[in-house]
Amino acid sequence: MGLKQNLHNFKEKNKDKKWLPGFNALFTFLYMPNETTHNGTHIKAADDLKRTMNTVIMALVPCLIFGMFNAGYQHHLAQGLIESADGFFGASFWTWDNFVIGLWKVLPLVIVSYGVGLAVEFIFAIIKGHEVEEGYLVTGMLVPLIVPVDIPLWMLAVAVVFGVVIGKEVFGGTGMNILNPALTIRAFLFFAYPTWMSGDKVWIHGAVERDQAIAAGQNLDAISGETILGTLAQNKEVGYNVMDMFYGIIPGSVGETSTLLILLGALFLIFTKIGSWRIMLSSVIGALVMGLIFNGVVSSGWITESSKFYGLMSTEFWHHLLIGGFAFGTVFMATDPVTASQTTKGKWIYGFLVGFISIMIRVFNPAYPEGVMLAILLMNVFAPTIDHYVVQGNVKKRMKRVKVKTA
Amino acid sequence: MSKDIRIKKGLDIKLVGEAEKTTENAIVSNFYYIRPEDFHSIIPKLVAKEGTRVKAGETLFYNKDNEAMKFVSPVSGEVTEVQRGPRRRIDAIKITADKEQSYLDHGKFDASADADKIKAHLLASGCWAFVKQRPYDVVANPNHSPKAIFISGYASAPLAADLDYTLAGKEAELQAAVSALSKLTEGKVHVSVGNNNSPLAGLNDVSVHKVSGPHPSGNVGTLINKVDPINKGEVVWTVNAQDLVIIGELLLTGKFNAERVVALAGSSVKKPRYFRTKIGSEVATMVYDNGVDKDGNDRIISGNVLTGKKVAPDGALDYYSNVLTVIPEGDDYEFFGWNKPIFNKISTSRALTFSWLNPKKKYDLNTNTNGEHRAFVVTGSYEEVFPLDIYPMQILKACMYKDLDEMEALGMYEVAPEDFALTEFICVSKQPHQKIIREGLDLMLKEIG
Repeated sequence: MGLKQNLHNFKEKNKDKKWLPGFNALFTFLYMPNETTHNGTHIKAADDLKRTMNTVIMALVPCLIFGMFNAGYQHHLAQGLIESADGFFGASFWTWDNFVIGLWKVLPLVIVSYGVGLAVEFIFAIIKGHEVEEGYLVTGMLVPLIVPVDIPLWMLAVAVVFGVVIGKEVFGGTGMNILNPALTIRAFLFFAYPTWMSGDKVWIHGAVERDQAIAAGQNLDAISGETILGTLAQNKEVGYNVMDMFYGIIPGSVGETSTLLILLGALFLIFTKIGSWRIMLSSVIGALVMGLIFNGVVSSGWITESSKFYGLMSTEFWHHLLIGGFAFGTVFMATDPVTASQTTKGKWIYGFLVGFISIMIRVFNPAYPEGVMLAILLMNVFAPTIDHYVVQGNVKKRMKRVKVKTA
Repeated sequence: MSKDIRIKKGLDIKLVGEAEKTTENAIVSNFYYIRPEDFHSIIPKLVAKEGTRVKAGETLFYNKDNEAMKFVSPVSGEVTEVQRGPRRRIDAIKITADKEQSYLDHGKFDASADADKIKAHLLASGCWAFVKQRPYDVVANPNHSPKAIFISGYASAPLAADLDYTLAGKEAELQAAVSALSKLTEGKVHVSVGNNNSPLAGLNDVSVHKVSGPHPSGNVGTLINKVDPINKGEVVWTVNAQDLVIIGELLLTGKFNAERVVALAGSSVKKPRYFRTKIGSEVATMVYDNGVDKDGNDRIISGNVLTGKKVAPDGALDYYSNVLTVIPEGDDYEFFGWNKPIFNKISTSRALTFSWLNPKKKYDLNTNTNGEHRAFVVTGSYEEVFPLDIYPMQILKACMYKDLDEMEALGMYEVAPEDFALTEFICVSKQPHQKIIREGLDLMLKEIG
């Protein structure tokens, strides 16, 4: 009673202040507002945007926690301090030491992502005089999960500012953007600081430091922390088995590795009806189709082992679902309702093309063997076009009705 | 030819406080209010100035654009006040009722009359107000010739008055009304019913359709869309089933009898049931004697919770409503309301909302918006509750950016605000869908006509 009343009085007293949206953003986190309906429907369903966004965050939490353990595990493994873990519940994986290292490396990413991003959101809300929108709650959680663990924090901060301002706010904020803001942030990092976003050093904490130490003349072994895709792109033998890939005990961006937990998140999103199962399913189908085509090319002997695409093309088609960022991108990024297709039919087409193009870019881009980010951004751009043609179908049906009548 | 219509997309909102099927006479109201705003887009030209004595059925004002279209008093008495708003707009006409009611005799009507005579009769007697048209969802323009007339005899809205109950025994009036209406169209009069026991099921001169499925199966817009959708250049008319009784009685007896059986419902009402009352009656005559707390923090709605109008405690029943709903106001904060599990509210998602566990449960909802207004974000949810062959979010956006060509192409001629009540109810972004559609229709009416 006391706190609620005090906050309410404070809000009423400062009604005309410019900074009020900033206060309201915090207030509405604590208490759902006392707003009532006017005319129109007098009752409203229980869901609001905060609840929707919160559901996505809940789906992401397992990936975040796993990512912390994995960051520490990969670090310790590369240092030769521990044995490699045997399966998902492997003894050397879920250890306190791993978690501490992970927390130490990943938490700053989360803090910078949320801190910088929300600061930009608050500033824009106050300048433009609207309430702080919830879109960044999910974006801020996605960003630390899709970057390499050793990315310098200042780069992340610059990218977040760029992504939120250019990716979202210039279009008018949450709901108006064309490109997925989290992927815009990642794309900025990818093109601005490519050495920190790909290669065989950035995926494991400590590998870059070790390299610098070697360069400085110390006598140490270099750490090689290639992702599976990186290995395949060089036509080398992969040192991980399929279950490792599925469980996610492999190097990669912080939260993208565990297909198992991403699958759990996907099921949660589908069950809660927050994520579109159509996009997820059609994207998986698209990826499998592309994978099968490549397998077909290999088995019909059109390319030989000497080809630089051989390693990725000959990867069994369904392994593509387990490696790289495909699962994470499909479940959490491609389904962003604002930037995906908005019509039911459009979602099928959009999802299929996301999967299809992801694998295509992945195979044909030897310098940087992953295509999910670029495929989703590309399809974000095409989503309105897909919708346009789907809606035109409805419009044409309506026009035909008139013609039948007048004929 | 009749056709069974079964829809799957929609949502039945089950609320506490359904009216029990007993009818009482409401306390006779001392004052009656007629609000020109009930007749959307009509500019009233006042005839009965303050101090004028009127009989029931005598003209209060007429349509400025069509002098023949009269709007009449529901009761006999004296016009004691004309309440005006900004720019001298007429807000309400207050009539102090006589103790003994007297009716203006509009004359018994010859059933074999032709269309023009029927139109003239309905226009002069005030019954034309009950005939609405689509496109635009306004009082019908009598100069048009509609391709069909649609009447919904099935009420699927939350806490709606059960038409099978309120219209029982009125078959003669209903028949007279639909027979007259059937002469006004080259096409048919389409009537939807929920089951074969409906008083409307046995009518002649009409095409009866049985509808089933969740709300909005009973909306007339759904009926139109499934039977004979409106194309560009076409006009259909709609009449509320309960208003047929008034039209029918006028034709049979010559009296404009504004009596109507109204359901008093909602969770704030202790004894929800039906009342016999008149158009324009003060809501206080029904609400407070029946268990609504006088100092309570309640919302009184003339109409149902999805499409009705908020009325003040001293307000009146509006011209088209046959239900009066009273629900609690929700002007309070809720601690962590946005992330804690929710069991006592309705939701179509399962985002820690648990109404899916028990689809039969009845809910006590208040007027809280359950969140703040945002831009459109979530996609695909509207389509689940929207049975028309129209893209709801796209048409709403077209209305917002006022693109007339796109509105037309997407099907704006077919819709009325009430068709978007369910999408508004479930809207995660809390957008005012019905207002957006109403403004879109007004813009089209002004620009295209």
